[in-house]
Amino acid sequence: MIEILQILLSESFWSASLRIATPLIFGVLGALLCEKSGVLNLGIEGIFVVGAMVGWMAVWLGAGLWGGVLAAALAGALFGLLHGILTVPLGLSQHVSGLAITLFASSLSYFSYRTALPTVSSPPRIDPFQPLDIPILTNLPFLGPVLFQQTALTFLSLFCVLLVWYVLNKTALGVAIKAVGDNPNSVDAQGLSVYGLRISAVMAGSALMALGGAFLTMSAFDAFFFGMVNGRGWICIALVIFASWRPGKALLGAILFGAFDALQVRLQTEVGAFVPSQVFLAAPYLLSIFALVIAARRAEYPRALLTPWFKGQR
Amino acid sequence: MIRIEARDTQSLAWNLGLPVISATLALLLAAIPLTLAGAPIGESYFYMFMGVFGSKFAFSEMLTRATPLIFTGLAAALAFRAKLWNIGAEGQLYLGAMAAAAIGTGVFDVSGIILIPTIIVFGCAAGAIGMIVPAALKIRFDADEVVTTLLLNFIIVIFLQYMLEGPLKDPMGLGWPQSSPIMDQGMLPKVMERMRIHYGIFIALLCAAVAQFMLIRSVWGFKLRAVGENMHAARHAGLPINSSLLTVAAISGALAGLAGVSEVAGLKGYLTADLSPGFGYTGIVVAMLAGLSPAGVVIAALFIASVFVGADSMSRAMGVSSYLADLVVSAALLCVLLGGFLTKYKIISVASQSGSSR
Repeated sequence: MIEILQILLSESFWSASLRIATPLIFGVLGALLCEKSGVLNLGIEGIFVVGAMVGWMAVWLGAGLWGGVLAAALAGALFGLLHGILTVPLGLSQHVSGLAITLFASSLSYFSYRTALPTVSSPPRIDPFQPLDIPILTNLPFLGPVLFQQTALTFLSLFCVLLVWYVLNKTALGVAIKAVGDNPNSVDAQGLSVYGLRISAVMAGSALMALGGAFLTMSAFDAFFFGMVNGRGWICIALVIFASWRPGKALLGAILFGAFDALQVRLQTEVGAFVPSQVFLAAPYLLSIFALVIAARRAEYPRALLTPWFKGQR
Repeated sequence: MIRIEARDTQSLAWNLGLPVISATLALLLAAIPLTLAGAPIGESYFYMFMGVFGSKFAFSEMLTRATPLIFTGLAAALAFRAKLWNIGAEGQLYLGAMAAAAIGTGVFDVSGIILIPTIIVFGCAAGAIGMIVPAALKIRFDADEVVTTLLLNFIIVIFLQYMLEGPLKDPMGLGWPQSSPIMDQGMLPKVMERMRIHYGIFIALLCAAVAQFMLIRSVWGFKLRAVGENMHAARHAGLPINSSLLTVAAISGALAGLAGVSEVAGLKGYLTADLSPGFGYTGIVVAMLAGLSPAGVVIAALFIASVFVGADSMSRAMGVSSYLADLVVSAALLCVLLGGFLTKYKIISVASQSGSSR
C-alpha cells in the first residue's frame, strides 16, 4: 500500500498520466463534438490511424512539426466530411457508416504507408515534439514538473478542452450545435441549416480525433507502426458516455484513465512476478467497459443521437 | 435545388443488382491506388483473376478463405437483423478457436465421431458466451453493445496470448506461443487431396441454409425481424424482446465461434495468435454486401474471398502492398452503403425559379 501511495504522490507518475491521457483527450473531445450534434462517429479508430500516418508522413516529407499537425487535422476533417455526407443528408446508418470509415481510413493509411516505403524494415524516424521548457514555470513545485515535461501537443489538447467547453456553453454556435443534436426541427424552424451544422461539427470533431492520432507518431513515439492505435478510439467512445458529454468531465475521465494506465505499468514492475502481464494489458479495456456499465443508465444522451433528419419531413 | 424523396416501391432488380454493381465498382476503383503504386493496370487485374480462377488449387484456396467469412458474415447478418450490433465476431472467433484447441488436443482421446461434434459444440458455446455477455450488459445496464463488443475483441486477444503462453502452450513448440496440434481424428476431413479446403465449407453452407430458412419461414425469424424493424411496436405487440435479443446474441456468437473452430480444426490444425486476419471485421462487410440475407452472405463471402486471394497473388507478382485487398473490401462497403441509399430514395431536381430565366 505504501508503495502505491508513493507512486501516486510522485511527479513522474502524474506527468506520465497526462502524457498517456493526451490522445484520449483529443479523441474524447472529438467524439463529444460529433455526438453533441447528433452523429455517432465510429470512424474514430480509423481517423486516429489517418492522423498518426498523415502527421508523421508530412513531417517526414519535410513539412515541419506544425505542418504535420495541420495535415493530420485536415485529413481527419476530410474523413469527417465523408462520414457527415453519408450520415447527415443521406441519413445512412451511423453505425455502419462509421465502421466503414474506420475500415477504409485504416486500410488506406496502411496501403499508402507501404506504397511510399515499400522496402524499409525498420520504420524511419522523425524528430518529434520535445518537452516545453518554460523558464520559471518549470520550477513550480509539483505542478512545474508535471505540466512542463509535456510537449506542445499536450498543451494544445488542454487548450482544446477549454475551447470546446467555451464554444458549446458560451456561444450561439454552441447553442445551435447542441440544439441540432437534441431537436433538429427547432433549429430548422429558426432558419439554420441542420445539415450544415451537423456536417461542420462532425468535421471539427474528426479533426480533433486525427490530432489524437498525430500525438502518437509525433510526440509519444517518433515513427508510424501498424496497429499502434490499438483500440484507443473505441476507448474514447466509451469515455464520452462516462463523461456524460461534458468537456470538463471528459478531461477528468481521460486523465483518470491515463493515471490508471500509468499505475498499472508501475504495479507491473512491483507485482509482475505474481500476476501475468496480460492482466495489466487487458486492464484499460476492462476499465472502459466498467465505466460504460456504471455510467450508461444515467447518461443523458443527446436526444437526436443516431436519428437522421430530412428536410421537409416532420 | 435537389430534394431527397423516399421511393414508393423498392425494385427487386435493384436490390439484387446493387451488391454486384457496388462490388464491381470497388474493384474498378482499385485502379487508382494501383496506378499510384506504379503497377500496370491490365497486368494487375490479370494476376488478380488468375489468382482465383487460374488453377484448381487457386480456386480451392478461394473457397478455403471464404469458409470463415461465411460464418462471420452470418454472425453479423443475423445480429444486425435484430439491430443487435455485434462487432465482436473477431473475439468470438478466437473464443471458439480456444475451445477447439482446449478440447481437441488430447483432453478426450476418443474417436472422431465423438470428438469432432464435441469440439464443435464447445466452440459454439464459447462463441455464444462471448456475445451473450455484451447482450446481457445491454439489456441490464443499457451498455452500448457496439462499444463493449469492440473492447471485448481486445480483451479476448490478450486472453488468447495468455493462454498460448500458459495453459494451451505446446510443450514441444520450441517456445513459440502456439497450441499443441489438434489430434488427427479431431480434424475436419479434407475435401480433396493435396488441397487445403476442408469440410468446414459444408458446415458453413449448411448454417447459411438453416439461417435463411429460419429467418424467413419460422416464428423465431419473424420475431427477430420484428424486433429489428421496430422494437417499440414489437414490445407493444407483446413479443419477448429480451429473450429474442439473447437468443440471437447466442446464435450470432456461436456462428462466429464456428469460424474459429473451422480455422483451427479444419485448416491450421493448431492455434496461434494470428489465426484471423480480421475475419470478424470483414464479416460485417460480407453481411452488408449481402443485404443481411443469409443466402446472400454465401455469395458475398465468395466475392470478398476472391478479392483477398486474388489481390494476394497479384501483390506477390507485382510488388504492390497486399493492403490493397483491405482497401477494395472497405471501398465495396462504402459503395454498397451509397447504393443502398439510391434503392430507398430518389434524388429529384426541383427546378428553381431563377434557373428558368435564361
